[in-house]
Amino acid sequence: MSQKNNLISKEQVLHVAKLAKLSLSDTEVELFSEQLSHILGYANELRDLDLSNYPPTSHPIELENIFREDVVIESISNKKVIDNAPQSSNGQFLVPPILND
Amino acid sequence: MSEFLYNAVDIIENIKNQKVTSKQIVSKYFDNIENKNKELNSFIALNKDLALSKANEIDERIQKGKPVGKLAGLPIGIKDNICTEDFETTCGSKILKNWHPPYNATVIKRLTNEDAIIVGKTNLDEFAMGSSTEHSAFGPTKNPLDLTKVPGGSSGGSACAVKADLVPIALGSDTGGSIRQPASFCGIVGMKPTYGLVSRFGLIAFASSLDQIGPFANTVKDCATILDVIAGYDPADSTSLDIKRDNFSDFLDRDLKGMKIGLIKEFNEYLDPEVSQNLNLAADLFANNGAAVSEISLPHIKYSLSTYYLIAPAEASSNLARFDGVRYGLRVAGKNVDEMMINTRTQGFGPEVKRRIMLGTYALSSGYYDAYYGTSQKLRTALISDFKKAYENVDVIITPTTPTGAFKFGAKLEDPLQMYLSDIFTIPSNLAGHPAISIPFGKDDENMPLGIQILSNALDDSKVIQVASILEKLRDENVT
Repeated sequence: MSQKNNLISKEQVLHVAKLAKLSLSDTEVELFSEQLSHILGYANELRDLDLSNYPPTSHPIELENIFREDVVIESISNKKVIDNAPQSSNGQFLVPPILND
Repeated sequence: MSEFLYNAVDIIENIKNQKVTSKQIVSKYFDNIENKNKELNSFIALNKDLALSKANEIDERIQKGKPVGKLAGLPIGIKDNICTEDFETTCGSKILKNWHPPYNATVIKRLTNEDAIIVGKTNLDEFAMGSSTEHSAFGPTKNPLDLTKVPGGSSGGSACAVKADLVPIALGSDTGGSIRQPASFCGIVGMKPTYGLVSRFGLIAFASSLDQIGPFANTVKDCATILDVIAGYDPADSTSLDIKRDNFSDFLDRDLKGMKIGLIKEFNEYLDPEVSQNLNLAADLFANNGAAVSEISLPHIKYSLSTYYLIAPAEASSNLARFDGVRYGLRVAGKNVDEMMINTRTQGFGPEVKRRIMLGTYALSSGYYDAYYGTSQKLRTALISDFKKAYENVDVIITPTTPTGAFKFGAKLEDPLQMYLSDIFTIPSNLAGHPAISIPFGKDDENMPLGIQILSNALDDSKVIQVASILEKLRDENVT
């Protein structure tokens, strides 16, 4: 499949990768442009359907909002949660700087 | 010894009646694991000492006449996307390697409250995304019936474990067929219950509106026994159904009187001759034993695959945003937080997961949302409405579980769409939230098992069990 026929261009792939916080190699950009175009091309069959009579489904089984009593219950200890952190300090998650100065 | 290595219900009964100890059972299964797991790569985490100490404790209670749970002493394998405090839970991904969940999933609590013994964690396609278990960061699992073929996926490790007698029961998760397709490829029973029947609390989310946990077993009776334990309302899962449900084991060994069974007209064009012949054989068995079999039409069902491959990746791209190197799992350093997140995700996720995150992010992105995600959610409503009409005329629907038997390693790796097509018959039940089971029935031309899938309406899980139990019996009586 040549590049210009692809539904999803390399530029779009790079844009989506940025949104998804992924860094792609040139080979991956090319591959994804081709594969995503192929998959979405298949899915384009949906575009020709008239589905205006159908509201979107968000959950397959109809549910009503569930409320619970506002009471304090036991939850996982801070230590157990923090124990899995790649880096922590004083019971809090430690991350690299958010802003570069 | 080989007899009680088969049925979970017999194992439970024999342990309870002190014909055998749980320790003997657990040891025997660990012998099998030690002999076969290296080659099969079914389990990716095991703890023999822990399993034996629990078995000892249960044996002591039985010997002293103290009460024990319904599954006392039964060894069980758990798909590695279900959180277990006693084992690392990796989702088959580098990004969660060495992660120890701080809590047990509700299904784990339910099983261990009934004194089942968790022996280990089974392999899967990374984050349950795949149909062959080839997409695991811990290497592929093999099909125990032919080592050159895939066990199916994504719950391939669980299906393999039960078929190879490494455990009598395993749990999997099913988002588009991930229990039923590997059950069919390995020649065992696998069931996806109604959405909301089994709590998803502690199941690491792939596509939240489609995911459901269910059992793998050698027989329908074993499957019903496990479902009776794991099903039930859980306030920790907001989509869990607070309803009075059937006792599924009560629906075994019934007859077909008055039962109406449908065949889906729109699936005919996807059926290879041998798969079609196999389905007709099952239909004839039903018809000859008291059921009324007819063809039904579900006009929107042919769009299920397209719909699924927009909804599932969209939900996945959102669910997997949490893997950012901040709170758990892998962290790859970067000079600021943004770079750290990008490095972590780029090195932590495998190719199929990246492909689906990309697909889902695209489908949800500005300008494309309505055309892709919005349209597929409407199609989902149309499909549910088709099913609703069909179930006015039939009780259950039967289909082949998969278009083919198990395929060779590598056969579909280069072409994702071909891989996705192996779930074409299983996906509709996930989109509709309906129950479905796969029963081993027939063989392909390479002597690999085929499966028949039985579908029913939401919350008619007992009907699925009933008809599956009858088909199992008719198969054993009539088919060589």
